[in-house]
Amino acid sequence: MSDLYLNAALSGALTGLVYGLMALGLSVIFGVVRVVNFAHGEMMTAAMYGAILLSQAFKLDPLVAMAPVAIGMFILGYWLQRGLINSFVTRPEHTQFMLLVAVAIILVNGQLIAFGPNARNVQVDYALDSYQFGSVILDKVRIYAAIAALAVSAALFAFFRFSLTGKAIRACADNFLGAQVVGLDVKRLYALTFGIGAACVGTAGCLLVMLVDVTPAQGPAYTLLAFIIVIVGGMGSLTGALLAGLIVGISEAMAGALFVPSAKSMFTFALLVLVLLFRPQGLLGRTP
Amino acid sequence: MTLQTGSKRRDFLKTAGAVAATSALGAPGIVSAQAKTLNIGVLLPKSGTLAFLGQSCQKGADIAAEVCAALGYKVNIKLMSADFESNVDLSRARAEKLISEGAHMLVGPFDSGAAGAIAQVAEQKGIPFVINIAAAPQITEQGYKFVFRNFFTAPQLIRNGLVLMKDLFTATKTAPKSAVYMHVNDTFGMANKAAIDKLYPTANLGMELKASIAYDPAARDLSVEVAKAKATGADVLMVTTRINDAILLIREMVKQRWEPMGVVNPGSPGLYEAQFFATLGKYSDYCITNVAWSDPKSPVTELAKTIWAKKFPKDPWEGHVLNAGFTIEAIMICADAFQRAGSTDGKALADALRKTRIDKKIMLGAPIEFDAKGQNNGIISACLQNRSGQARVVLPADKAERPPIFPMPGWNNRGA
Repeated sequence: MSDLYLNAALSGALTGLVYGLMALGLSVIFGVVRVVNFAHGEMMTAAMYGAILLSQAFKLDPLVAMAPVAIGMFILGYWLQRGLINSFVTRPEHTQFMLLVAVAIILVNGQLIAFGPNARNVQVDYALDSYQFGSVILDKVRIYAAIAALAVSAALFAFFRFSLTGKAIRACADNFLGAQVVGLDVKRLYALTFGIGAACVGTAGCLLVMLVDVTPAQGPAYTLLAFIIVIVGGMGSLTGALLAGLIVGISEAMAGALFVPSAKSMFTFALLVLVLLFRPQGLLGRTP
Repeated sequence: MTLQTGSKRRDFLKTAGAVAATSALGAPGIVSAQAKTLNIGVLLPKSGTLAFLGQSCQKGADIAAEVCAALGYKVNIKLMSADFESNVDLSRARAEKLISEGAHMLVGPFDSGAAGAIAQVAEQKGIPFVINIAAAPQITEQGYKFVFRNFFTAPQLIRNGLVLMKDLFTATKTAPKSAVYMHVNDTFGMANKAAIDKLYPTANLGMELKASIAYDPAARDLSVEVAKAKATGADVLMVTTRINDAILLIREMVKQRWEPMGVVNPGSPGLYEAQFFATLGKYSDYCITNVAWSDPKSPVTELAKTIWAKKFPKDPWEGHVLNAGFTIEAIMICADAFQRAGSTDGKALADALRKTRIDKKIMLGAPIEFDAKGQNNGIISACLQNRSGQARVVLPADKAERPPIFPMPGWNNRGA
């Protein structure tokens, strides 16, 4: 039985890293632009379909397709912010909510028209291979996806920490007025940030499509999952998003192993409730 | 000037009387003209988790009218299709909408939860509902007068399935000692679980049932569930699946290197569907399903196959036998009842349905007849095994296309 729990925990942790990358995009967008992207999950399913199309047309492995999909999602996110969302940044939050829910509905139904309702995924040659370490068996795709998620997260951290543009974006997040006073082009930086957040979710989509099937109807479920992870980790905290993704992945797997598999999601919501009750700013969020 | 109201009133009454008499004389003609087309509302899950299965049934519906015409039914059928998106609540709304749009009968819905909801609507509105596929036993235990099912109940399905499992072990001279049961947790899956709980102890299979593991049919990942099943050390995996989860299950078994003696389905969709073969390739082979199947010796089966091949040249019949076969039969039952009733009145159609006896049919078993509860008890199961990307009948021996192979070869011993 202990082998079962160890396998479950490790698999859950690997999946959780991909969840964390997905939520990272949401955290980046909210942390800087202060807009909650209610179309986050739908953007991810769009990226998953992008990976499927590239695999069908050019036989591209999703690990390779990450680059063009991320660029495509960056452009989408950039123009979404610049062309549509920018004028709503200073408006009441409920109007932002309605705008992005409308974007989500358009994305879901567009995917339904383009791809139909049937589940799809990418079958790479190594999809059914696994590594065995003693009594632990881990999927190859899960390991590769987790490593890629960690690498992309590290690159994102490095960008915000060491690059001039990253520092400028952090300045906008810390002090909007101050950033304007020193001459930063805030609108452009907001659009860049939204693009980066979209690129993150695009990358996560390429990784996730190797692990699960995609249907247009899954978008809202991923949006909800991303929200839970960001709230548990702390709104605006990048490390928090990654940590919370890990925790959610492990809790889902362990809940299935220890209790009833069909009640996995229940434990994710229970975790959310506990965090809201005892640490509402999130695990690594700043106390207001 | 005065109005000649008296004479105008008499003229009016004469004219009205003449019109009424003409209408009364013409009424049988009008009624019989109206009764020439039967509107059948076809409710299926063409999107959502059951999308592939619903679309498979829809293809059967698409050729049903031609099959009926070829069999000599002299009725006009108009199909009114509705997609309830694999959502039980929506199935009720869609049924009501079809009835309000003029459906005289309903056919569907593949899913037991939806069947229960639609049955209530059909009963309230007095519209006959012929179920193509749905196994929850309670649907025909409510005392409904307008609901008829041309499919097994879950206990019948499981009973047949367990008997065939015993026959399989006898035919292959094997004696597995234990089993684990994985099943979806929707209405159909729980009905099958209840039937297994009741019937397994007396089935004398010689296998200890080590665990039952329920899971969500919409689950994205079954790695934990498969790991739990593997941890039991069972010789045989028994499953009640839908389609996407069946694919996920086998993938996880391959990844986790779990090779039981066999994967045996006592009666559910999934392991014999075209999408299952297309997605899993060689890993789909040797899975076993005990379920209703087409009678390979029936001329109606041959007729349906021929018409199917003309309409869907790139989609072989073999990937849709059960779904399309039962849907064609359901529409055929409607056409047969309409022809005998000569009316689209719900009660007349229901009375005709109660007297149904159809010998020329597609699926294995006795002629189609309904008992007092609206249930057809004459359907039998066959043991199917996936071989080279197709489901083949391996038992009973007199209908077998090839002998069964059990235990199944390991995942890495299946060639290219």
